[in-house]
Amino acid sequence: MDAISTESLTKHYHVGFWRPRPYLALDGLSLSVRQGEVFGFLGPNGAGKTTTLKLLMQLIYPTSGRAEILGKPVGDVGVKRRIGYLPENPYFYDHLTAEELLEYFAGLFGYSGQDRRRRIEMLLDEVGIGPERRLQLRKFSKGMLQRVGIAQSLINDPEVVFFDEPMSGLDPLGRREIRHLILKLRDRGCTVFFSSHVLSDAETLCSRVAVLAGGRLVAAGDLSELLAFQVRGWEIVVVGLTDSDLEKLKTDGVVTHAIPLGPQRFALDLPLTVEPARLATSLTAQGVQLVSINPVRETLEDFFVRQIGTAPKDRGLGTVAR
Amino acid sequence: MRTIRHVAVNVFKECVRDKVLYNLVAFASLLIAVSYLLGQLTAGQDVKIVKDLGLAAIAIFGLLISVFIGIGLVWKEVERRSIYGLLSKPIRRSEFIIGKYAGLALTLFVNVAVMTVVFYAVLAYLNTQFPEVVRTAWPAPATDPGMLRAIVLIFVELLLVTAIALFFSTFSSPFLSAALTCGLWVIGHFNADLRNFEAVVESRPAALLARGLYYILPNFAAFDIKNQVVHALPVPAGYVVTTALYGCVYIALLITGAVAIFSRRDFK
Ligand SMILES: Nc1ncnc2c1ncn2[C@@H]1O[C@H](COP(=O)(O)OP(=O)(O)O)[C@@H](O)[C@H]1O
Ligand SMILES: [Mg+2]
Repeated sequence: MDAISTESLTKHYHVGFWRPRPYLALDGLSLSVRQGEVFGFLGPNGAGKTTTLKLLMQLIYPTSGRAEILGKPVGDVGVKRRIGYLPENPYFYDHLTAEELLEYFAGLFGYSGQDRRRRIEMLLDEVGIGPERRLQLRKFSKGMLQRVGIAQSLINDPEVVFFDEPMSGLDPLGRREIRHLILKLRDRGCTVFFSSHVLSDAETLCSRVAVLAGGRLVAAGDLSELLAFQVRGWEIVVVGLTDSDLEKLKTDGVVTHAIPLGPQRFALDLPLTVEPARLATSLTAQGVQLVSINPVRETLEDFFVRQIGTAPKDRGLGTVAR
Repeated sequence: MRTIRHVAVNVFKECVRDKVLYNLVAFASLLIAVSYLLGQLTAGQDVKIVKDLGLAAIAIFGLLISVFIGIGLVWKEVERRSIYGLLSKPIRRSEFIIGKYAGLALTLFVNVAVMTVVFYAVLAYLNTQFPEVVRTAWPAPATDPGMLRAIVLIFVELLLVTAIALFFSTFSSPFLSAALTCGLWVIGHFNADLRNFEAVVESRPAALLARGLYYILPNFAAFDIKNQVVHALPVPAGYVVTTALYGCVYIALLITGAVAIFSRRDFK
């Protein structure tokens, strides 16, 4: 049984007040997510990610198609006991404190007393909410609300969690913490389905991804097998490289392009054929200091632009071939 | 049931934190001020004025809470999207609506109960301020328990107004909901005129329409027995029970309608 499966899931919105025209927010999405995997749901803004998650939470109803979670149709109260959801830009109740919000939600799952208190303490610690947990949520910043949002989604020790842009609103440290948390969830056997518009979030977390653009699935599968996202070369930054050494590297075909950053400091582009580790060793032996190594690959944005061109601008029913 | 209770308690908590209960202070100050003035003005007068005013104030203060909180109950959760987190928990949309309603009903109950206590306390105090001869001339004692009948019906009326506000707020903006709810409240108080419409118009369709509206629209006038109790006129217990039942049936229909609409809608 899949953790999540959708079949031709479609959602139209009617836009325009006087002459409502159907607008394809999501167009025939068929997807399946296995139990226990971390699955990245990628796409640029407006791709239909949030729409999909809202359909899975039955906050909106599909125009057509089906969706199941843990083998049951979405909206099933029994299934809702076993899942967690972090909405995009989460917002809760101004008048409650973080602790009270979790108490309220925990109550809906039937937790009470000591058990409930312990769980809430633990979760708030885990997402890094300190003594501010006794403040009313109206005083919380966006990043803090995001953390509370994650805590509330885990209140019932869910089997499947749905995170809509979990990294948004967080500082780099916060992002790292959330990455760790997601991996910890995976180690516990929890299925994590998260949306993001940033490719690197997915690279560090998941094996399988689906890429959505203009409401349509444009790619799905193992991230390493998705051709578009394969590494095309490397970029390294070095300090202490002399001009003559650089000339030599260029003539040997090891470096295709060099950008001077400062005295003896360069950003070098290497072709895929060069093994960066081996080059690093030989450079270090020459007394050159390595500052960073980064794979060069197409960004999600480049990918979308190439894949769909101008198509996403036109999502009316009449004009898009289905 | 547990789910409904949790939602209701949260509504009550929100009302308390948003200082809704402050209106009780306003109510108490008003009554005490009027009683004080009354003591200054007249020697042998009736406490009727305080009774009239107290009952009217209970109704009006309650009405303000019903309408202004009722219209925002559901709308606010949808607009601010706090409903996203909530509905992903094991809760049905029907439970959400019923819980919200129950929470406001609880708030109203506490309000009306406290106002009633203050009302009787002020009357009890006034009672001590008049000589025996004056008191025996009153048609009813100052703390006449018969007035509770009027308060019971005021409470049911408030529950009905809340249900109307909640019903509208499941699909329309607060401004429109407030306008529609207040509109129905006003029409509901002049409902009897619709019944007598056929006596004053010639046109048969118009008369039929008026009659139809008379049966469909909530008959708020029926809940108003303030005058009778203040003048110590008899109000049969049967009347109170029937009217309350009428209110409950109407409320049940409205909540059913609210659930039906709410269960089908998308949250943008
Ligand atoms: N309630 C709505 N009414 C009309 N259009 C909508 C509505 N919600 C979303 N859309 C449109 O559907 C598309 C997909 O939106 P969304 O799922 O939020 O994208 P993502 O989360 O991938 O950024 C967007 O173009 C958005 O403008
Ligand atoms: Mg989104």
